[in-house]
Amino acid sequence: MPEPRTIVAPQFDDAAQQQETSMLGMWVFLATEVMFFGGLFASYTMYRALYAQAFAAASHHLDIVLGTLNTAVLLTSSLTMALAVRSAQVGARRTTATLLVVTMLLGLAFLGIKGVEYYQKYVDHLVPGPSFSFSGANRHDAEMFFYLYFVMTGLHALHMIAGVGVMSVLTILTVRGRFTPAYYNPLEIGGLYWHFVDIVWIFLFPLLYLIGHHT
Amino acid sequence: MTNAEPVLKLPRENYLNANYGIKSWLLTTDHKRIALLYLVSVTLFFVLGGIYAGLIRLELLTPYGHFVSDESYNKLFTMHGLIMIFFFLIPSIPAVLGNFVLPMMIGARDLAFPRINLASWYIYILGGIFTLTAAVTGGVDTGWTFYTPYSSTYSNTHVITMAAGVFITGFSSIFTGLNFIVTTHKMRVPGLTWFRLPLFVWSIYATSLIMVLGTPVLAISLSLIGLERLFHVGVFNPAMGGDPILFQHLFWFYSHPAVYIMILPSMGVVSEVIPCFARRKIFGYHFVAFSSLAIAVLGFLVWGHHMFVSGQSIYAGMVFSILSFLVAIPSAIKVFNWTATLYKGSVIYRTPMLYSLGFIGLFTIGGLTGLFLATLGIDVHVHDTYFVIAHFHYIMVGGAVMGYMSGLHYWWPKITGRLYPEGWGRLAALIIFIGFNLTFFPQFVLGYLGMPRRYHTYPPEFQVFNVMSSAGASILGIGYLLPLIYLLWSLRYGRVAGPNPWAATGLEWQTTSPPPTDNFSETPAVSDEPYNYYDMEPVPHA
Amino acid sequence: MGRTFPLFPQRASTAAGQVDALFFFLVAVSVFFVVLIFGLIAYFSVRYRQRTGHERGEPTRTSIGLEITWTGIPMALTVVMFVWGVKLFFNAYSPPPGAMEVFVVAKQWMWKFQHPEGRREINELHVPLGQPIQLTMISEDVIHDLFVPAFRTKMDVLPGRYSTVWFQATRTGTYHLFCSQYCGTEHSKMGGWVHVMEPADYAKWLSGAGANEPLEVAGARLFTQLGCITCHQPNGTGRGPSLVGAFGRTVKLTTGETLVANEDYVRMMVLTPGVKVVAGYQPIMPTFKGLVSEEGLQQLVAYIKSLGKEEGAKTP
Repeated sequence: MPEPRTIVAPQFDDAAQQQETSMLGMWVFLATEVMFFGGLFASYTMYRALYAQAFAAASHHLDIVLGTLNTAVLLTSSLTMALAVRSAQVGARRTTATLLVVTMLLGLAFLGIKGVEYYQKYVDHLVPGPSFSFSGANRHDAEMFFYLYFVMTGLHALHMIAGVGVMSVLTILTVRGRFTPAYYNPLEIGGLYWHFVDIVWIFLFPLLYLIGHHT
Repeated sequence: MTNAEPVLKLPRENYLNANYGIKSWLLTTDHKRIALLYLVSVTLFFVLGGIYAGLIRLELLTPYGHFVSDESYNKLFTMHGLIMIFFFLIPSIPAVLGNFVLPMMIGARDLAFPRINLASWYIYILGGIFTLTAAVTGGVDTGWTFYTPYSSTYSNTHVITMAAGVFITGFSSIFTGLNFIVTTHKMRVPGLTWFRLPLFVWSIYATSLIMVLGTPVLAISLSLIGLERLFHVGVFNPAMGGDPILFQHLFWFYSHPAVYIMILPSMGVVSEVIPCFARRKIFGYHFVAFSSLAIAVLGFLVWGHHMFVSGQSIYAGMVFSILSFLVAIPSAIKVFNWTATLYKGSVIYRTPMLYSLGFIGLFTIGGLTGLFLATLGIDVHVHDTYFVIAHFHYIMVGGAVMGYMSGLHYWWPKITGRLYPEGWGRLAALIIFIGFNLTFFPQFVLGYLGMPRRYHTYPPEFQVFNVMSSAGASILGIGYLLPLIYLLWSLRYGRVAGPNPWAATGLEWQTTSPPPTDNFSETPAVSDEPYNYYDMEPVPHA
Repeated sequence: MGRTFPLFPQRASTAAGQVDALFFFLVAVSVFFVVLIFGLIAYFSVRYRQRTGHERGEPTRTSIGLEITWTGIPMALTVVMFVWGVKLFFNAYSPPPGAMEVFVVAKQWMWKFQHPEGRREINELHVPLGQPIQLTMISEDVIHDLFVPAFRTKMDVLPGRYSTVWFQATRTGTYHLFCSQYCGTEHSKMGGWVHVMEPADYAKWLSGAGANEPLEVAGARLFTQLGCITCHQPNGTGRGPSLVGAFGRTVKLTTGETLVANEDYVRMMVLTPGVKVVAGYQPIMPTFKGLVSEEGLQQLVAYIKSLGKEEGAKTP
């Protein structure tokens, strides 16, 4: 099969400029994402300091087993994503596609486990709103914890869904033979995005699940 | 005029006539066409915001106004603020002039991500649709600042629709900024090092840093308000353990840097226009360039100066106060450098120059009155009064809008291939300058007297200054109407401009007016310092 | 239209003249720089205008000295403004000891004032000349702001938390009081008047319009009515701590942290008791949310403040 040409968009002088530019673009975009989540992290920090006791008590109601499992799932998916980029670098098309599919499946697994957790919270009356009930600490402060829990993990989950969408597009492009060792830009920048979503979870997990678990 | 002047003709093929048909405009990826799409949209929003302003000033002619109800008045100032800030000021120079001129200034064929550029316009329009929907279905009455718990719990207006509109448009801003940052880093022609860049590029770059890092925080603030309104739980309602002041911190963390988004591009325009019409290299190039970056960075550290009397700690107030004084210094440096550029220059009073000189004067007044607000002891008295309104209108209208008008006239020949009528240009500039000062200077007096802002009715002793202000507003309105008319007129009847009607330096003037779709017939190379006016021929007579 | 209109606000408090002095300093600095810049621009534009034989500008040479000068001088001026401003700001929010405390409740769209001696007012505030007055304020709904231009006094009024500001009037008369934080439909109508009276006239006014009981007395009554006295026995034998001399003291909580038992703490304990419990006590205090209004809370605060004062116990 003839090697597909690297298509350079007309505004660029060469493929190298195109590659560097798209990488920088993704980094700048990730910077905006940091600021987007940053506002929530700032709010969380403030309320955690104010209502330390209630937050610790509320945090104990989160399923640490599922949370840890999810963390392992995401870390593994970042590994498979990195390996996928590496496979593309050496032109192993089938391996690349397989690894992308595994990454996607792990992402879907994450979302599934999250869904189970959310459902559990709903059953336990821990969803903020009229049906919320909590004993053992100030109700309002605990409700604040769960509100932040749902908003922060919810926003993260939305980003995961987008990430899964990106993965499926990348998989299709890989299968169609779009990438070569000379051109695999979209995989690199897709990978960057995926790793970012992973890192956000790495911050969310201890802040939400591991309060007061040091004893 | 000599007899040997060549007859200038519009270039046969340029970006305007390269393709025809509505699809070629609505699906374009040409940064120049996208700039024109933005030009039309921001102008429409400016007119709408101006109508709201006109209604406000009409109502304030009398102390106990009767044209509109309390509720309607509260919606008028809210919509005026939201539309002017998010749909005019923030996009204006970056998305219109920046889009058009920045790639050309660095010798590129287009921006780094042309499709994202087009997407940013569509996102802007989508946000605008949400906003207009909110407007026609009853409007919003929270003030553009959306303070909680009024906006999150008490207001009965279409807050969510409006917040969605601003949220969406914010992404237009983010994508524009992202495009500019990456383009400036990666797509300069050989020889064009950072310190050979025109200062307009520096200021757009600094603006883009703010757009990219600040806007997401606004997005999350508005999302939290939306969630709180929808689900009646949240972080801002004190009845549920929330803190309304948290909103103020999150909101102003973006909205203060936002004002630098609105002023830095205008400063960039001035940095281009003054050297051109003083025929002299700008004084202190490096200082002006670094000042832009300093303003962008320091601008993120001063948000609490909107909250001195909010219940924030006194010590926090002190920190924000000293930083606010610090952020004023780079702006002062720029004003001095621009003024020094005129010294021993050869000054020409074309319309762009009149607007830029006006900018320096009015921005100086606006900036100095900012010091009053940064001073803790004085801010206690003038916070939330007309003093603040006068201050920010001096910067936004006397500064940013004048800068926009300067740039629009300066690059009009490049964009359209035609010159605007110079006599009308100067007349409009003069009318705008006079009308502006008459509108807003009395408001400083009103503010110190104690007239609070967002007041539908006011004590009768404040009427004289309110009438002065409203009179000024009508003059200002006429002033803005004139360019709308003569710029449109010039599209058909204006004199053909030629590639470089101002004998200006800069790569954008090395190509035809209007430029071809790819900007340059051959990629330019740069080996000179910028603003090399000493070696340029003089400006042709008007 | 009025035949006369003011150009400058009246000065009716100890702070007003000080604020105005700083204001005039800034005006002077501003006028100087405005005249300088406008003047230079006008002069340069004319003196160096383009004319035949003068169609080029001179080459530009950087001058680090000039840059440093016009950076340094503004910086120095701003430091002066900053320090002076901080001084006034601290004054504005540090009430002198012995200030008379008036409680304020703001709600859409009116002001309710409670004098310690018991008299209540709506949208009007009578105060004696020459006496420091501290306003302890809270909102029942959204954020408001109490602004008296003639006093140069302003402070946001928040829901859920007390905020304070103080002033001392120096001229008798009637002065505008405005709400200056946008709060909804009738924001611009949520105003009123401050009446500054000679102390003798004030005393007369205070005792007029029927005897109202002082805030502390009303608070004491509420304290019994709501059953607080059952647990908070003055001799400490109840299930809760004695509140005698407790106000203003630093207390240690069950969580180990310490705080000062101020107005906000009292209010929080009445409304959400289980959160910050004093060490050594059980979290069994019931909530009184919905059972006591903001005015009632202020009366309780006034009462608890007064406890221990008669016995000579010093509150820090």
